[in-house]
Amino acid sequence: MEDVIIGLEIHVQLNRLRSKMFCGCSTDYHNSEPNSHTCPVCLGLPGSLPVLNKKAVEFGIKVGLALNCTIEEETLFYRKNYYYPDLPKGFQISQYDFPLATRGHIMILGDDGVERDIRINRAHMEEDPGRLVHAGTIDRAKYTMVDYNRCGMPLLEVVTEPDLHSPKEARAFLDKLKSILEYLEVFDGSLEGSMRVDANISLKGGDRTEIKNISGFKGVEKALSYEITRQKNMQRRNIKVVQETRHFDEIRNITVSIRSKVGAHDYRYFPECDLVGLRIASWVPAIKAALPELPDAKRKRFVEQYNLSDDHAKSLTSEIKVANFYEAVAARAPPKLAAVWIADVLKGELNYRDQTVDGFSQEHMAEIVNMLAESKITEDGAVQIIRDLLDGRGSSPDEIVKSKGLGKAKDDVVQKAVREAVAESADAVADYKAGSERALNFIVGVVMKKTRGKASPGEVHKLVKAEVEKM
Amino acid sequence: MITKVDVEHIGWLASIKIEDDEKDKLVEQFNSILEYFHQLDEVDTEGVEPTYRVVELANIFREDVACPSLSQEEALRNAPRRENGYFKSPRIV
Repeated sequence: MEDVIIGLEIHVQLNRLRSKMFCGCSTDYHNSEPNSHTCPVCLGLPGSLPVLNKKAVEFGIKVGLALNCTIEEETLFYRKNYYYPDLPKGFQISQYDFPLATRGHIMILGDDGVERDIRINRAHMEEDPGRLVHAGTIDRAKYTMVDYNRCGMPLLEVVTEPDLHSPKEARAFLDKLKSILEYLEVFDGSLEGSMRVDANISLKGGDRTEIKNISGFKGVEKALSYEITRQKNMQRRNIKVVQETRHFDEIRNITVSIRSKVGAHDYRYFPECDLVGLRIASWVPAIKAALPELPDAKRKRFVEQYNLSDDHAKSLTSEIKVANFYEAVAARAPPKLAAVWIADVLKGELNYRDQTVDGFSQEHMAEIVNMLAESKITEDGAVQIIRDLLDGRGSSPDEIVKSKGLGKAKDDVVQKAVREAVAESADAVADYKAGSERALNFIVGVVMKKTRGKASPGEVHKLVKAEVEKM
Repeated sequence: MITKVDVEHIGWLASIKIEDDEKDKLVEQFNSILEYFHQLDEVDTEGVEPTYRVVELANIFREDVACPSLSQEEALRNAPRRENGYFKSPRIV
């Protein structure tokens, strides 16, 4: 889809901070009454003055560096003026020229299966506006209700170059960005509204539209897919796509045109005179030195240190929590086997239950992997143990193995069952001798029944074949 | 040159209703203010760095510490209209 051109503006709440951008109101407003986390500063009351949160700047620099940006030596805030009920002051404190960070890049997996860099134009600091609650849908609401708890939340706006070519690539970019932000411990993506996206999209040769304020990564994919179809249909009918702002209606799954608040050149940016400038060049070396290992580097190390496949390493490093969990398990059990079981089994079982890895004990996982490595349980048994632990049926792998009799049958028991099964299945043996490889499966089934599933089907198959070959 | 259209636009941006008989007067005043500032163009600024702020202060911060907020009742005290703890505003868009 090279003919589709997408650029994103991502508003990231630096929600691991304790207080807002310019005042001491707590950032912990989720699940609170509306307008219970405000003060004269974030309500924009006359005479109140903003004071910048130092850590917000440090977090911003951290993100800028992790996105391979240049950090400006000096940076400053501007007023972006517009009247809208989400902004009680009538302007938003933002940045304009000299943003905190410029010209970076991060790598994503493109639709063509090749990894490539997506360029970052800039990342700048600003304050979050309040939250609007529309009575009904946005284009039909009778009135609007405003909650200023979110107002003044520290935001970092990350702006990409138009380097993305499909909704899927946009999603890949957002996943990567989220992963990096969580590695940096500046962001918790599980909180509602923590990352909101504006998407610019055009078809080659056409004007672009901007879809504002999409929340959720699935929402971005859906909104972009809808918008591509809409623009393609217009092109087909020879109707010109006009440059405009659109809103994504999550309930109807469509984008609708909204009258633009103010044209870009009408924001009348001017330096925020209530704040002083920032000279931050001297902060950069220390922050850079303290950056944690980031997803791409960790993935590479996992491949080298634990001898993992690149796919497993990628799967294990996309979330910092999973990566840490894996390393803790790999310290106690064979790393390669642990990778397979965490990436291919545990992650799937967690996703299915909408749970995170926090709820699963590292010790238990290591125990399961060790039992597998020592052939004490079968693969089916291991899956059963993981499911039982996640669903609260059983307190430990050991206990579940005992109570459910999941212990793998001793080899001589299996061997005995194989001999018996072969002796009882003269027809199947004859079929095999006549050239039907599949006839063995019948005998394997008999053995599995005799051992009540405690033997490994793969091993049984080998044993049965050897036994029959002897005849 | 500021025209009547500019005055109307600036009024709209500022959400200020301007009566017709005020517009001509404002056109005149805007132009005279601009003219006054144009005197600055006569100063030779060759080789002078732009000034973004007049005070030399930089790097004034607060630590990332949360303090108590206003109560919902206090926050809403000046609201002309409210509903269920929200500020109520006219339909937008």
